[in-house]
Amino acid sequence: MHKYLFSRKNLGIPYALFLVLFVMAPLLVLFYYAFTNGQGEFTLLNLTGFFSDPNTLGTLCYSFGIAAVTTAVCLLLAYPVAYILATSRFRTKSVILMLFVMPMWINFSLRITALKEILTWFEGNLAYHPFLNTVLGMTYDFLPFMILPIYNTIAKLDGALLEAARDLGAGGIQAFLKVTLPLSMPGILSGVSMVFLPAMTNYVVLDMLYNSTYIMGSLIGSYFAAYNWHGGSMIALILLGIVCLFTLLTRGIEEENTRGGALL
Amino acid sequence: MMKKAWKSIVIILVLLFLYLPILVLAVYSFTDATNIGAIRGFSLHNYVTLFTTPELVRMILGTVVLALAAALLATILGTLGAIGAFYSKKGMSSAITTMNQVPVVNADVVTGFSICILLVVVFGIGKDTFIPLIVGHVTLCAPFVFLSVIPKLKQMDSSIYEAALDLGATPLTALVKIVIPQIFPGIVSGFALAVTLSLDDYFVATYTKPATFDTISTYVVNATKGAQTTIKTALWALSTVIFLLVVLFTIVMNLRAKRAGRERGQV
Repeated sequence: MHKYLFSRKNLGIPYALFLVLFVMAPLLVLFYYAFTNGQGEFTLLNLTGFFSDPNTLGTLCYSFGIAAVTTAVCLLLAYPVAYILATSRFRTKSVILMLFVMPMWINFSLRITALKEILTWFEGNLAYHPFLNTVLGMTYDFLPFMILPIYNTIAKLDGALLEAARDLGAGGIQAFLKVTLPLSMPGILSGVSMVFLPAMTNYVVLDMLYNSTYIMGSLIGSYFAAYNWHGGSMIALILLGIVCLFTLLTRGIEEENTRGGALL
Repeated sequence: MMKKAWKSIVIILVLLFLYLPILVLAVYSFTDATNIGAIRGFSLHNYVTLFTTPELVRMILGTVVLALAAALLATILGTLGAIGAFYSKKGMSSAITTMNQVPVVNADVVTGFSICILLVVVFGIGKDTFIPLIVGHVTLCAPFVFLSVIPKLKQMDSSIYEAALDLGATPLTALVKIVIPQIFPGIVSGFALAVTLSLDDYFVATYTKPATFDTISTYVVNATKGAQTTIKTALWALSTVIFLLVVLFTIVMNLRAKRAGRERGQV
C-alpha cells in the first residue's frame, strides 16, 4: 500500500477537519460564551440566572409540556398507522407509505400556513386555544418522523416469533403486548427522539399560530435579537445537555431491550 | 372484513389530517378569496403574482440555488468522509462517526446559533459573504449524506476492490471504477436528503443569512407576521406548486423504480 501516495483512509481528512472546525469548535465557543460575561470574565451568573428566574424556569416547563403532549399524540396516531401498514396486505401499501412520507418534502412553513388558515376558519381567533393549536401544529409537522421508524421496525419483525407465541397459547392481544410491542421499542424510541427535541425548540410553529408563550427555542431567538451572545449560549448549552441526557436514556433503554431480547 | 374496514378508516383519517389543509389551500389558491371559507370566483391572479413579483421570484430561486450548492458540497464532503471513516482505524473512524452524530441529534436552533457565534461573532466573517449560510447548511446536510453512504459501504463486496488492485489498477482507479459505482445509490439518496433538508430549514438560515436574502422558510415566516394579503395568497399558490412538484416527482420515481424492477425480472 505504501508505494501509493493516495490512500482511501486519507479521503476522510477533509470531512474530519470540517467537523472539528464547524461542529466541535462552535460547541467550545458556546461553552466559552455561556460561562463569561460581556467583559470576558468567568461567571456562573448565566447558569444561576436561568435556574433562579421563574420566567425561564416556566419556559423550560412549558417546553417540556408541549414536547411531551406532542410526542404522546404523535405516538398514539403513528403507532396504529405504522402497525396497520406493516402487518396488512393492502395491495397499495407502498403507495400509502409514500403518502405518509410526502409531506416531509413540502416546506414546513408552508404546511403550517395551510394548517393555520384551516384552524382560523374553524376557530375564528387562534389566540383562544394557544396550547391546543401548538400541539396540533407540531403533530402536523412531525407525524411522518414518528410513523417511518416505527413502520420500519415492525416491517422487519420476524413473523415466526408471533406464530410461536400463538402456538404457545398466547391470544392476539397477549401476543401483541409480549412480542410486537417490546420488539418495536427501537422504532418508538427513534421516533420519540425525532419528535421530542424539535417540539421543545421549534418556536416558529408557535409564532405562526399566534401562541405568544415562550419555549426554549424562543429564548435563543430573543437573546439573539438582543445581541446577547452570553445568555443565548447558556440556553443552547442547556438544550445540548437535554440532548445528551436524552441520548443516554434511549441508549440505556435500548441496551436493556437487547438484553431482554437475548433472554428470549 | 369488519376488521379491514376499521383499519382503512384509521389510515384514511390520518391521511386526511395530513393532506386536508394543503388540499383546501390548493383549491382556494385558484380563487379571489383572501380567507379560507369565503366563496369567490375562479382566478389565476395568485399564480401571476407568484411568478411576476421580483421579490418572490428572487426568494424562490435563491432557496433552490442555495439548496443545490449546499447539497453538492455536503455530498462530496460526506461521501469522502464516509469512505475515509470506513477504511480508517477504529479510533479515527469512531471519532468521525461521533462528531457526525452531533448535528443529527442537536436542535437546529443550537446548530445555527453556534455557527453564527463562531463565524460571525468570533471570526468576524460578514453574513453578506454568504459563507456562514453555506457553512451552516453544509453542516446541517453532510452528516445525513455520511449516514446514507456508510450502509452501502458495509454491504459492498470488498473482494472486487482487491481483485481490481491485483489486476493492476491503482487505488484511485479502483475507487472511482469499483467503489463509487457500488455505493452510488447511497450517494444519490444522501444528495436528495440534503436538498430536502436545506429547502426545509428555517433555523440555521435565520441565524446565518444576509439580511437582504430570504429562503422560502424565512420569507414565509416573516410574511405571516405582516398583513399583506396579495403576498399571503400568492404563498398559497407557492404551496400548491411545491405540492404538485412533490407529487410529480414521487410518481416519476415510482415508475422508474418499477421499470428497473421489471428489467431485472422481478416486476
